[in-house]
Amino acid sequence: MQTAGMDTPGEQAGQESFLRGVKDCLPTLLGYLSIGFAAGVVEKTAGLSIAEIALLSAVLYAGSAQFIAAGMMALNSSALSIIVTIFFVNLRHLLLSAALSPYFRHLSPFRNMLIGSLLTDETFGVAINEAASRKRISEKWMHGLNLTAYLNWIAANLAGAFLGQWISDPERFGLDFALPAMFVGLLVLTILSRKSLRRDIAVGLAAAVIAVGVSLIASPSVGVIAATLAASTFGMVVERWK
Amino acid sequence: MEVRSYVLMVIVGAAAVTFIPRVLPLMVLSRFRIPDWGMRWLHYVPVSIMAALVAQELLVKDGSLIPLSRNTGLWAALPAFWVAAKTRSLLAAVITGIVCAMVLRMLL
Repeated sequence: MQTAGMDTPGEQAGQESFLRGVKDCLPTLLGYLSIGFAAGVVEKTAGLSIAEIALLSAVLYAGSAQFIAAGMMALNSSALSIIVTIFFVNLRHLLLSAALSPYFRHLSPFRNMLIGSLLTDETFGVAINEAASRKRISEKWMHGLNLTAYLNWIAANLAGAFLGQWISDPERFGLDFALPAMFVGLLVLTILSRKSLRRDIAVGLAAAVIAVGVSLIASPSVGVIAATLAASTFGMVVERWK
Repeated sequence: MEVRSYVLMVIVGAAAVTFIPRVLPLMVLSRFRIPDWGMRWLHYVPVSIMAALVAQELLVKDGSLIPLSRNTGLWAALPAFWVAAKTRSLLAAVITGIVCAMVLRMLL
């Protein structure tokens, strides 16, 4: 090949790992499609235009925040109160971002920003699974994962907005269950990929109890944050005892 | 196909408060070494978050517990757990969950 001298092995490996990131995203796409579709339906029924839905999914890119935004806008809540609510709901991203940070230490802050800007619960789940077997995560792999999820999300929102006028009952087909099922799968795969099975199960059970307990008296997002802080500390302390 | 200023304000504001927690730890923490206890703490964060999300999705709706007898989601999740552990395939777990949820809702 004439160009062989110009293709460094690093570049080839990099391209390959972008595509592998795309491929590793595929199992989550069904979840994105159904949740994004549902979000599009909700946004449409909340009175948003197609252009507004496209902008919302492309700029905000957060399922729970979009459901909240659509619901609160339908009630004519003030912009400030919607923004504050979404701030608290999405504070949990601090924990996701912090948990991934050790694996991107080889990148500049700006390149870390690009990676973090498309971080979601789902891409985090796939990435932390990948991290279990290595010290650092490939930047290109992460972009492949993030961009696939991102484009799929926007497409799903728009599909929901267009078709939502006709399909009013996605629950009948169990489609709304894609999200919890996906988290079940990610949780199981994460635990199985590590070497601390019993401790992980104990931490997971503790987190589940705290999350449910706190969300009954406060809110679901406070429940997730409280459960994460407390159960992770519990895991760290138990590990120290051994 | 218009974008109202009220909607635009919500989108821009919400995006800003979502963007900051997403990128800040990655930008800042990647420049510093996290102490050993911090790394061990972070090791348990993913399991904690995902277990918390799963528990809330399956057990809570509108601020109260879903009664066990009517909780089709919880029963549909059990085969999904089993399939995920057996096959180690995310897609297999998701499809199992959706099919079980659909069948249970048709039966109950």
